[in-house]
Amino acid sequence: MTYLTRLLMLCAGLALAACTNPARFDDTNTVDLNGGSMAGSAGDPTSPAYFQQAVGDRVLFIIDQYTLTPEARSTLDGQADWLLTNRDYKAVIEGHADEQGTREYNLALGARRANSVQEYLLSRGVPAARLRTVSYGKERPIEICSAESCYAQNRRAVTVISIAPTS
Amino acid sequence: MMHRFLTLLTVLFTALLIQPAAAQDGPLRIEITEGVIEPLPFAVPAFVADNAAAEEAARNIAGVIAADLTGTGLFREIPAKAFISGITSFSSPVQFADWKAVNAQALVTGAVSVDAGGKLVVRFRIWDVFAGQELGSGLQLVGTQDGWRRIAHKVADQVYARITGEGGYFDSRVVFVSETGPKDKRAKRLAIMDYDGANLTYLTDSSSIVLAPRFSPTGDRILYTSYETGFPRIYVLDVASVRRRELESQDGTMSFAPRFGPDGTTVVYSLSRGGNTDIFTMDVGTGRSTQLTSAPSIETAPSFSPDGRQIVFESDRSGSNQLYIMSASGGEAHRISSGTGQYGTPVWSPRGDLIAFTKQSKGRFHIGVMRTDGSEERLLTASFLDEGPTWSPNGRVIMFTRETQGAQGAASLYSVDITGRNLRRVSTATGASDPAWSPLQ
Repeated sequence: MTYLTRLLMLCAGLALAACTNPARFDDTNTVDLNGGSMAGSAGDPTSPAYFQQAVGDRVLFIIDQYTLTPEARSTLDGQADWLLTNRDYKAVIEGHADEQGTREYNLALGARRANSVQEYLLSRGVPAARLRTVSYGKERPIEICSAESCYAQNRRAVTVISIAPTS
Repeated sequence: MMHRFLTLLTVLFTALLIQPAAAQDGPLRIEITEGVIEPLPFAVPAFVADNAAAEEAARNIAGVIAADLTGTGLFREIPAKAFISGITSFSSPVQFADWKAVNAQALVTGAVSVDAGGKLVVRFRIWDVFAGQELGSGLQLVGTQDGWRRIAHKVADQVYARITGEGGYFDSRVVFVSETGPKDKRAKRLAIMDYDGANLTYLTDSSSIVLAPRFSPTGDRILYTSYETGFPRIYVLDVASVRRRELESQDGTMSFAPRFGPDGTTVVYSLSRGGNTDIFTMDVGTGRSTQLTSAPSIETAPSFSPDGRQIVFESDRSGSNQLYIMSASGGEAHRISSGTGQYGTPVWSPRGDLIAFTKQSKGRFHIGVMRTDGSEERLLTASFLDEGPTWSPNGRVIMFTRETQGAQGAASLYSVDITGRNLRRVSTATGASDPAWSPLQ
């Protein structure tokens, strides 16, 4: 029996038991599938999923700005390290804006944000050939409310790792 | 085919219309430059069907004419149930007393037949009821039976032109972005329809994001931006064949915000490279591009003047978004916007006298107009999000995108008169954004 099959069976058993007596389960007897170290999962430090969740695939910007905050730089340091370690991957940096602004201006603003991230990664030694940028302007918000709490999440640049290694 | 027919007829009729200029100095006249408070009452009784095949068209045409005129806010329809007499014969004398009694100042009468070749033939006359005489001369329009709405729009354009002294805008189309789905996964596709929302056709599928379509000066081609390669790029689409090709494909760049120049061969657009957005022109025939601006600031949303000599655009070189005008060959630009707030998406009016724009101020969005020197700024609308004005062919009406607030927010098209009156929602089957008005067909 493979490790995965055993895990799945264990989970099925847990799910059934959970229906009858949910109070019996806590951290000591719960298996977190994402907490393991299977190849390709977020537990595998060479996986895009790890990059997305553990390194952090996005940085946020203040209104109308494209300069990197200290927090953004720290995230990008992690991204650069990961990209320098995992040399088979490429990345597309997506620049986004919140909905306050015209479509055209937001496309240009998203281009500036994506470029800020690209410039920083280049300065940390990531080869230019592995990076591309694209702006979505205000076309792809991640949060949909019309309030600053959502706008703050939408003013972002996301580093998207190519799914398949290039070599 | 019908298009050629109508064009030919229109040319013929324009000659006949020189005479009625005198009649427009009479009582039946709307002086729209001064703004109209009281709409002019008119009646369009059902057109007379000269043969059985024409009955349906005869019934429908009057309704479209009335809707066109009422939609301007300058006219008010006298409902059919108030009529004292109907029109049963196109050639019989008009009973002016009956129309005066219901206060119809203008009267449109017409007859419809289907000829031996299956063509729809529409004859009509416009009457000044209180003067007791015809306004201009009667006209005859011939087209396909399917094209009855276009013929009705042409009649309404004639009524509008003879009474206001300005060109009409009803026989025109609008290309826009049809929107469906939630805000974070919105599906967008190009669609084209008559200016009043009828005869909707889709031009692309929704597999990639499409933005901001713009007509060529003759309405035969459409420029737009699509993400079909994964990156925003400009395409030109032939309306009749729906065939498209990529215009600008420099590697590592993004191009967007295209518009035709008045010559129909020059395209002005913006291109981002290394995070910086500047304005370029391209000859669509040769594909040769020229860079017009080269500043580290954002330069985008360019629009040609109708004579092709100048370009108005948006830039944040002063620290906030403002409107600038430069020569069509580039060089020094001068700022025209001077108010507080952010200005964007300037569009030169077809008459050349005004520039429409989007303004963002104190958390609200407005559509406004200003003179080309930046003076006499007037805001026509206000909402959570209004943007992207486009001019009617006669420069009287502006259509734009209005998006509502919140997680359920959706975009739709609105139109407003340049006086700021007559704000109306344009009926569309789905959400809709980025309208562009065609020239008169």
